[in-house]
Amino acid sequence: MRQHAVNMVDTLARRDSRVVFIGSDLGPGVLKGMKRDMPERFFMEGVAEQHIIGMAAGMAMEGFVPYVNTIATFLTRRCFDQLAIDVCMENLPVRLIATGGGTVYAPLGPTHLAFEDIAILRALPNMTIVAPVDEVEMVKLMDASLDWPGPLYIRVGKGNEPIVTAQDTPFAIGRALEMRPPEEVTFIATGIVTAKALAAAERLEAAGLRAGLIHMATVKPLDAAAVRRAAVAARLVVTVEEHTRMGGLGSAVAELMAEEPTGARLLRLALPDAFPEGYGGNDHLMRLAGLQPDQIADRVMRALEPAA
Amino acid sequence: MSAMDERSRYLRRRIIDALEGGGRGHIGSSLSLVEILRVLYDDVLRVRPDEPGWPDRDRCILSKGHGCLTWYAVLADKGFFPQDELLRQCHPGAMLGGHPERAHIPGVEASTGSLGHGLSIGIGMALAARLQRRPSRVFVITGDGELDEGSIWEGAMSAAKHRLDHLTVLVDYNKLQSYGLVKDVLDLEPLADKWRAFGWAVREVDGHDVAALRETLGQLPFAAGQPSVVICHTVKGKGLDFAEFNPDWHHKAKVGAADVASMREALERAE
Repeated sequence: MRQHAVNMVDTLARRDSRVVFIGSDLGPGVLKGMKRDMPERFFMEGVAEQHIIGMAAGMAMEGFVPYVNTIATFLTRRCFDQLAIDVCMENLPVRLIATGGGTVYAPLGPTHLAFEDIAILRALPNMTIVAPVDEVEMVKLMDASLDWPGPLYIRVGKGNEPIVTAQDTPFAIGRALEMRPPEEVTFIATGIVTAKALAAAERLEAAGLRAGLIHMATVKPLDAAAVRRAAVAARLVVTVEEHTRMGGLGSAVAELMAEEPTGARLLRLALPDAFPEGYGGNDHLMRLAGLQPDQIADRVMRALEPAA
Repeated sequence: MSAMDERSRYLRRRIIDALEGGGRGHIGSSLSLVEILRVLYDDVLRVRPDEPGWPDRDRCILSKGHGCLTWYAVLADKGFFPQDELLRQCHPGAMLGGHPERAHIPGVEASTGSLGHGLSIGIGMALAARLQRRPSRVFVITGDGELDEGSIWEGAMSAAKHRLDHLTVLVDYNKLQSYGLVKDVLDLEPLADKWRAFGWAVREVDGHDVAALRETLGQLPFAAGQPSVVICHTVKGKGLDFAEFNPDWHHKAKVGAADVASMREALERAE
C-alpha cells in the first residue's frame, strides 16, 4: 500500500508542476524516477520533522502541493505544533503520507506504533483524515488528493493487504462506502481493518446473523449521514479500528450517536488504552487486542446475548 | 551607539499608542526590534503595501511573533492597513492581536507566536521562489530566546544544504528572555560561531544603529551559495530607561494611564 501511495506521487508530479515530495530519511531508492526526472521537486530533508512540516507549509503558501512522507508516529507527534499552526491553521494543501498507521511496526516496539494518530489529528480544525482499506483504494485516494483544498492525512497500512475493493468501486474523500447494507448489526470500520470486519461479517452470516458493513475510509470529516443510516437500522453498531479506543473512529461515531440517539447500542472494538507491548507481528498485536475476524465475530455474538 | 532619530522615536510612540489601545503587549521585546524592522521596510524589502500579494515581493516573517507591536507600527506606517487599527489591537474582533496572523493582516507572511516556526516556513518560501524562478528574497527575524528551539537548528542545516543565499535571518539578540538573562537560562554563545558551523555567512551589527544596519543589509548576500545571518545586538526595552534590560518589561498587561504617561516621558528624554 505504501508503495502505491508513494508511486502515485511520481504520477501526480508528472501531471502537475505544483507537486513536490518531501521525505525525512527514507529508505534508499525511494521515488528514484521522480528524483531522476524532477530532481528540483524531490526533497530528502533528514530526521527533522518539525522543520519538514514548516518547510512544506512555506511551499504550500506559495502555491505548491507538498506530499510529505515518513513514519506515522514521527509525522504526527514529533511535529504536532507545526501541523497545528503552520498547516491546519492556514488550511494549506499539505499531504501527509503516514507510513505504518496502527500496529504495522509491531516488532519495532511502541516507539514506532502510531496508535493514537487519528485521535490527535482529529482535534485539529481543517484536518482531513483518510485510511484506505487496500491499495486499489489508496490509488484512488491519491488521485483525489491533488485538488483537495486543505490538509490531508493519509494513513498507510502494512502492505499486501487483501484487496476488497474493485477498480469501479466508487471513492470520494468524505464519503463512506456501504460494503454490506445496514442490518440489525452493522460494522463501521476504517483502514485495513475494514477487511477484518468484512471477514467477521462473513463468519456471522455463516452462523445465521446478517451484518452490515460501512467502510469509513475518511474518519474526518465523518460521513454523518452514513452513520445515521446504520444507527437507524441497527440494534448494534460495531466500530472496528486499529487505533486506541480514545478519540478515533469509535469516538467519532459515539459522539454522533450520543447526540442523535436512535436506540441502537454501540460496541467499540479498538486497541486498548495502553502502550502496546509484546513485539511479534502486526497479526499478533491485533490478536492481543481481539481484533482478528474470529474474535470480532465472537465479541459481537457475546454483545448480542441477553444480559444474565 | 548612534542617537535615536526622529523616525525611530516616532515608531516607538506608535508602539506605545498600540500598547495603550490594547492595554497589553510584549513591550520590551518590541522595542528592541524597532530599527531592525524600520531599516528592512524603509531600505531593503521590495514590497508593495497596496498590493500585498504581489508575487515577486520579498517575504518577511517575524518569527518572534511576540514582537508584533513593532511590526504593526511599521506595517501601518507603510500603508499596509489603516493606522487606526493599531489602537484596537487585542480588542474583540480586531485585525491585530497579541501575535500576528497571516489570514487577517496584510503584509504578514506567516502566523507566528509559537517560537521556532518561522525559519522553516521561510525556507519553504525560499525554495518555492527558486522553483518558480521569482526574484523574491526571504527575511526571517528571530528572537534570542527563540534560538533555544531545536527546530531552528534543523532549519539552519537545511538552509545551508540548499544554498539559500536569498534567505536572511536577523537575530534580535537583546540578551534577555522571559525569565532572565539568556546566558543564564540557556546560553547561546558562541552564537556567531554556531551559525558559521551550520554553514551560514555571519555578520554582527549594533541593532539600533540605522546606518550600520543599512550598510550591513546592503551587502546581502554575504556569500554566494550560503544563507546569511545578521546577529543584531540590541537592548530589550530600548528607549524607555526603566524598561531597558529589565526582564519585568518582557510583557505588560493591565497597562494603565500612569504607565503610559511615564513611558511617553521616558521616550522623549531617550537619546
